[in-house]
Amino acid sequence: MIRMENVHKAFDDNRVLRGMNLEIPKGTSMVVIGGSGTGKSVALKCILGLITPDSGKIHVDGQDAAQGDRDAFLARFGMLFQGGALFDSLPVWQNVAFRLLRGSLKRPVEEAREIAIEKLRRVGLRENVADRFPAELSGGMQKRVGLARAIAAEPEIIFFDEPTTGLDPIMSGVINDLIREIVTEMGATAMTITHDMSSVRAIADNVAMLHDGVIQWTGPVSEMDASGDPYLEQFIHGRAEGPIEAVR
Amino acid sequence: MNLFAGLAGLGRSVLTLLAAFGRVALFTLDALSHIVRPPFYPREFGVALMHMGWLSLPVVGLTAVFTGGALALQIYAGGARFNAEAVVPQIVAIGMVRELGPVLVGLMIAARVTSSIAAEIATMKVTEQIDALVTLSTHPMKYLVAPRVLAALLTVPVLVGVGDVIGVAGGYVVATENLGFNAAAYLKNTVDFLEPLDIVSSLVKGAAFGVIAAVMGCYYGMTSGRGAQGVGRATKGSVEAAAVLILAANFVLTGVFFSI
Ligand SMILES: Nc1ncnc2c1ncn2[C@@H]1O[C@H](COP(=O)(O)OP(=O)(O)O)[C@@H](O)[C@H]1O
Ligand SMILES: [Mg+2]
Repeated sequence: MIRMENVHKAFDDNRVLRGMNLEIPKGTSMVVIGGSGTGKSVALKCILGLITPDSGKIHVDGQDAAQGDRDAFLARFGMLFQGGALFDSLPVWQNVAFRLLRGSLKRPVEEAREIAIEKLRRVGLRENVADRFPAELSGGMQKRVGLARAIAAEPEIIFFDEPTTGLDPIMSGVINDLIREIVTEMGATAMTITHDMSSVRAIADNVAMLHDGVIQWTGPVSEMDASGDPYLEQFIHGRAEGPIEAVR
Repeated sequence: MNLFAGLAGLGRSVLTLLAAFGRVALFTLDALSHIVRPPFYPREFGVALMHMGWLSLPVVGLTAVFTGGALALQIYAGGARFNAEAVVPQIVAIGMVRELGPVLVGLMIAARVTSSIAAEIATMKVTEQIDALVTLSTHPMKYLVAPRVLAALLTVPVLVGVGDVIGVAGGYVVATENLGFNAAAYLKNTVDFLEPLDIVSSLVKGAAFGVIAAVMGCYYGMTSGRGAQGVGRATKGSVEAAAVLILAANFVLTGVFFSI
């Protein structure tokens, strides 16, 4: 269970989060939607402790995210970054197996490589990409490598920051199914950020919409279409007219 | 009114500068402390050794040989004005070993190594690779900073030693080929004149400059702003800061070694 309570975060005079509240029950899949630049990535990074919120509380299973053993805390998470964030000095398989090659989850190299190749296959990549470097791959392939890295150590909690942005519709479908599978099979708790409404419908148990630094609407995905919330409606239908200003 | 505003501005700049010094000092202590605390990353250390040490040899060698040669010519020409041409071997040796060897190698390392560390780490920061490291339970100070600082601490003194030898050799070649010095006498004068303290001071300076070069690269990289512009600023700032600090440290260390 992840709980954000009244979280505020500003960068100088840019007030990004202004009292965000969000609850993600264990083993469920939450999808956060919202315009670009509304602070979705910032919210994820606050939970992970990569960004320190100015005020507010963040608890993971009742434990304060900012306190206690950081290594043990982070070992429970997998994260797919918006831009992939692959280590360009390491070949693909070492990126995927990064956690398995060092630290508390360290395995023999052969085994780590096998796991990496298996995870690559799961995200639709062939074995021959394993020894290439991230810079040699297309954007979509990098994204999938990032995804493979996020799931490599079978984390309890997985964050996906725009997993399908930049992928073709077929690959988006594959990734959506994969995320759904991971959540149901592994029983993982997932938080996904996306703009892609087909992703929302494929992945989400619950949906939350971030706007103006707060969660504007949240509820089960089944209630999303009949919410009656003008902000959510505008976003779902992609209208230029509505309460959300197109110029931000 | 104007004077007051000027004073306030001056005060602010001084405070900003002091705060920056404080941050750099804390960063340096933190970096050094991670060198001795596990986990260690031998692969990263090996790569850093290779880049800083082995691959810096050509530039260090070229810098030293030309400087040593030019030094011999200058001392000969200057010495000739009061019939002291014979001091060439001694002054080349002392000039190279005490001053020019460490300073020039330090500055070359600032140009070559500091810039590349800063650009690499800043790019990692900008592309969220540093965040990714953290989420993969890997401490960037340990994984990125400590191996580089340790490698610089160990390799730059060696590079300085190599630079000293090549610089003296450059002076020797010019002196014996162009200035008519006797080869055996030149070598004997050089060896007899140099004191152990000269060599120790040279290597200690090398170690200090190495740490400065690596730490400034890492610090500017880790604190880089966003985007390509952030990377550019970090790189420029790191080289400026490393070069100035190396020259300042050289002054201080020269005082410590030779004025007592
Ligand atoms: N490290 C940072 N420093 C300064 N501003 C930031 C930083 N990270 C994000 N921002 C700003 O916060 C806002 C929200 O960013 P982000 O969370 O990345 O948006 P998105 O919802 O598209 O993921 C943007 O205006 C961005 O410029
Ligand atoms: Mg984002």
